[in-house]
Amino acid sequence: MKTRAAEARAGYIFAMPWIIGFSIFLAYPIFASIYFSFTEYSVLKPAVWTGGENYSTLVSDEVFWKTLWNTLFFAVFFVPVATVVALGLALLLNTKVRFLAIYRTIFFVPSLVPVVSLVILWIWLFNGEYGLINTILGWVGVEGPNWLGDPKWSKPAIIFMSTWGVGNAMIIYLAGLQEVPQSLYDAADIDGANAWKKTINVTIPLISPVIMFNVIMSIIGSLQIFTQPYIMSETGSPARSIYFYSMYLFDNAFKFHKMGYASAMAWIMFIIIFGLTLLAIKASNKYVHYEGG
Amino acid sequence: MATNEPLKRKQLLQHIGIHAVLVALGCMFILPLVWMLSTSLKPIGETMANPPVFMPSEFQWKNYWDAIVYGRDAVGYIPFFVDARNTILVCILFVAGTVVANSVVAYSFARLRWKGRDVAFAITLATMMIPFPVIMVPIFSLFVKLDWVGTFRPLWVPAWFGSAFSIFLLRQFFRTIPFELSEAAKIDGCSEWGIFYRVILPLAKPALAVVALFAFMGAWNDFLGPLIYLHSQDQFTLALGLQFYRSQQASQWHLLMAASTVVVAPVIVLFFFTQRLFIQGIAATGLKG
Repeated sequence: MKTRAAEARAGYIFAMPWIIGFSIFLAYPIFASIYFSFTEYSVLKPAVWTGGENYSTLVSDEVFWKTLWNTLFFAVFFVPVATVVALGLALLLNTKVRFLAIYRTIFFVPSLVPVVSLVILWIWLFNGEYGLINTILGWVGVEGPNWLGDPKWSKPAIIFMSTWGVGNAMIIYLAGLQEVPQSLYDAADIDGANAWKKTINVTIPLISPVIMFNVIMSIIGSLQIFTQPYIMSETGSPARSIYFYSMYLFDNAFKFHKMGYASAMAWIMFIIIFGLTLLAIKASNKYVHYEGG
Repeated sequence: MATNEPLKRKQLLQHIGIHAVLVALGCMFILPLVWMLSTSLKPIGETMANPPVFMPSEFQWKNYWDAIVYGRDAVGYIPFFVDARNTILVCILFVAGTVVANSVVAYSFARLRWKGRDVAFAITLATMMIPFPVIMVPIFSLFVKLDWVGTFRPLWVPAWFGSAFSIFLLRQFFRTIPFELSEAAKIDGCSEWGIFYRVILPLAKPALAVVALFAFMGAWNDFLGPLIYLHSQDQFTLALGLQFYRSQQASQWHLLMAASTVVVAPVIVLFFFTQRLFIQGIAATGLKG
C-alpha cells in the first residue's frame, strides 16, 4: 500500500512541469482569451468589457468575410489535392518498387525546406516573366499567368506550392500501407482481383483510419495558414486575394492592437475547426474501417 | 511455362510504367531545389536568361559571399552570422527543454499510476486541436507583463514545461519497454528517479532523438514566434532575417537563392544523417493515434 502511495507521489512530481506548463500556457490563456473576446483590449491598457460587440462588429466586417472566404477556398482545394497526391505517391511507392529509398527521399525532402526559404524560392519560380514555371509552360505553348500578381491565380499558386510539401503525409500513408497484411492481397489474387480492385477494396478500407487522421490534421492546418502567404505578401496582395484569416487576425492583434477583436476571431476559428472536424468524423464513420473494433 | 510468359511480360511492363511515373514525378519534386541551387551559383546575367540556364557557365561561389558577408555597410545588409547565432542559441535551449521536460512527464504518464492520470492524458491530447491564435493574445500579454518581449525567452522557456505532441510520442514509446525491467530495478533498490534515469532513458534513446529532431526542426523553422516577440535587427533569427533580406533585395535572385540555400542546407544535411529516425518518427506520429 505504501509503495502505491509513493508511486502516485512520484507520478505527480514527474508530471509537475506539464501541470504547471498546461496551467500557464494553455488553461489560463484559453479562459483569458474567452474573456478578452468580450472586451476592448490593447495589452497596454486594462481590458474594458464591451459585451458581444466584437462579435457583432465581425459580422458586418467585410475584411473578415473576405479572409474567411479566402481561407475556406484554400482548404477546400488544398485538403483533397494534398490527400490524393500524398496517398497516390505512397501507393506508387508501396508496389515493391526498386530504389524505394531514393524515391521516398526525393518526395520527402521538399517538406523539410524551411518555410521562408520555401516561399522565396516559389516567388522566384512563379515570377511572371522569368519564372521557371512559365518558361516550362511556354515550351508546351501555354502562356502562363503572372501568378502572384493576378488575384485569379495567386490562390492556386499557393495551393500548388503547398502541395510540394506533402512528403510528411506521404510517409505516414506509406507506413500505414506497409502494415496491410500480405495475406489479404493473396486472397484477392485468388479471387482474380486486379491492382485497381485491390487498391479500392482492400488497401483503402484498411488504411482508412490513417487517411481520416491525416485529413483532419490537414483541415486544422490549412484553416490556420499564415506564414506562407504572409511572406509572399504581408498585406495579402494582390487585391487581398491571399489575405487569409490568420493574417487578418494577426494584424488586428499586433498591427491595430485590437486584441479583443483578434480573440473573438480566434474563437470563431476554433468553432469552425471544431465543427468541421466533427463533421469529418461523422461523415467518415460510414467509411472508416477500424481493425478489431 | 507458356501460360506464365504473358503474365511475366505484363508484370515487367507494369514495373516499367511505375518507374516512368515515379521518375517523372520525382523530377517535378526535385526541380525547384535544383533550380534554387543553380540560380544561387549563376552570374546575374544568367538568372533571367531565356531559354533558362540550368548549369551556370561558371560556378559563382562569390554569390554566397555577397549574400552573407559582403556589404556590411550596404543598404539592406543582414547580419547573417548574428542571425545564425541567435537561431542556434534558441534551437539549443528549445531542444534541451523539450527533451528534458517531456521525457520526465511522459514517464509519469506511461509508467506511474496516479489518480486522474488517464483523464489528464486525454485532456492533453485534446489540447492538440486548439489553434494557436486562441491562446496567442493571453500568452503575449503575459510575456509583456514579465517584460520578456524583445528577448529570446518567450521562444524557448515554454519548451521547458512540455508539449502535448512530444509527451504523446514519448509516452507511446515508454509503454513498449517491458515493465519487468522496472520491477527488477525496484527490487535492486532503485528509486523512481533511478529507474527513469538508468533504465528507461538509455532504452528510449531513439524516441528521444526523434523528439529532439522534431523540436529542432520546429525551432529552426519557426517564423510566427520570432515575428511576434523579436523586434530589433540584432535579435532576428534566420527566418526573420531572410524575410527582411528579401524585402531589401527585390530581384537579386542569385543572392536571394544563395541566402535561402544557406538556411535550407543545415536541415537537409541533418536529414541525411538521421534519415531513418526521421522516417520512423513521422510514421509513428500518424499510426498510433
